[in-house]
Amino acid sequence: MTATRFLIPLFLFFGITVFLWKGLSLNPKEVPSPLIGKAAPEFTLPILNEFDARLSNSDMEGKVWLLNVFASWCGPCLVEHPILVNFAKTSDIPILGFNYKDKPQAAVQWLNRHGDPYERVVLDIDGRVGLDYGVYGVPETFLIDGRGIIRYKKIGPLTQADVSEDILPLIQELRQ
Amino acid sequence: MIKKISLTVLMVFLVSNLSFAEEAPLLAKDPELEERVKAISVELRCLVCQNQTIADSNAGLAIDLKNQVRDMLRQGMNEHQIKDFMVERYGDFVLYDPPVKGTTMVLWIGPLLMLILAFWMAVRIVRRRSRGIDLPQSSEDAARARELLKD
Repeated sequence: MTATRFLIPLFLFFGITVFLWKGLSLNPKEVPSPLIGKAAPEFTLPILNEFDARLSNSDMEGKVWLLNVFASWCGPCLVEHPILVNFAKTSDIPILGFNYKDKPQAAVQWLNRHGDPYERVVLDIDGRVGLDYGVYGVPETFLIDGRGIIRYKKIGPLTQADVSEDILPLIQELRQ
Repeated sequence: MIKKISLTVLMVFLVSNLSFAEEAPLLAKDPELEERVKAISVELRCLVCQNQTIADSNAGLAIDLKNQVRDMLRQGMNEHQIKDFMVERYGDFVLYDPPVKGTTMVLWIGPLLMLILAFWMAVRIVRRRSRGIDLPQSSEDAARARELLKD
């Protein structure tokens, strides 16, 4: 009895250590999105390089697609960009570029310089639609299914591991 | 002494600077509306600069969110509707006061439980110690000591 009593503080200590250790290893920048499992918010936005044309999220219905939030002013976007370019070459999943709070001219130059993996690019110049998507750290990437439900969201630059371990298996699953 | 004075001067400078910083961006076209925007803004977290409220922050996102709050107030929405709007998009984390629910229970009742536990332990220790003072008197050593102290 007394022996176990002396062990209680030790167990408490270990319990708290494990709890705090886990807390330290979490990334506070990754806020779980409340949007996963919900319908992608509606938008109708102008298209880059297509005069007077507009694209709405309902135009993508029936397809599994990626929405990638980027901007020419965004440094980390450059980090993930080669991965997106490669993804576009190897996959038939369309990527819709979501140009967030950017100048269209700057976006064109940026895409010319770094490659254009996007099927189309929509312009959210004032960031209003971005707000509906809970965008706060560009780049962000959403995977949206054929019924318009958001299935996955990544805040920050995509890595090859995100693509091969999360996105591709999920696409496989959604297509069945 | 000089150090103290220069420190004071520095402090005054910093404080006055701060108050300037607060006054400058106020677009007080409608002071009453701004007051309400501010009241709501101090309860919303800026997600880019996580330990600041959107009222304190001048980050692009914080400004957008403040504008959004202002627009929604103009449209006649109340504080509750505005907070729901933010939570729908950014999650509970956007609120400075986390809501009471299953996943946040630890936050709300954890400190209270700790306090009760600490109190309970303190009571136990104090009781045991106060009992402990009598304890040696009944033991053999104490009896011998009393014997020796008799004369």
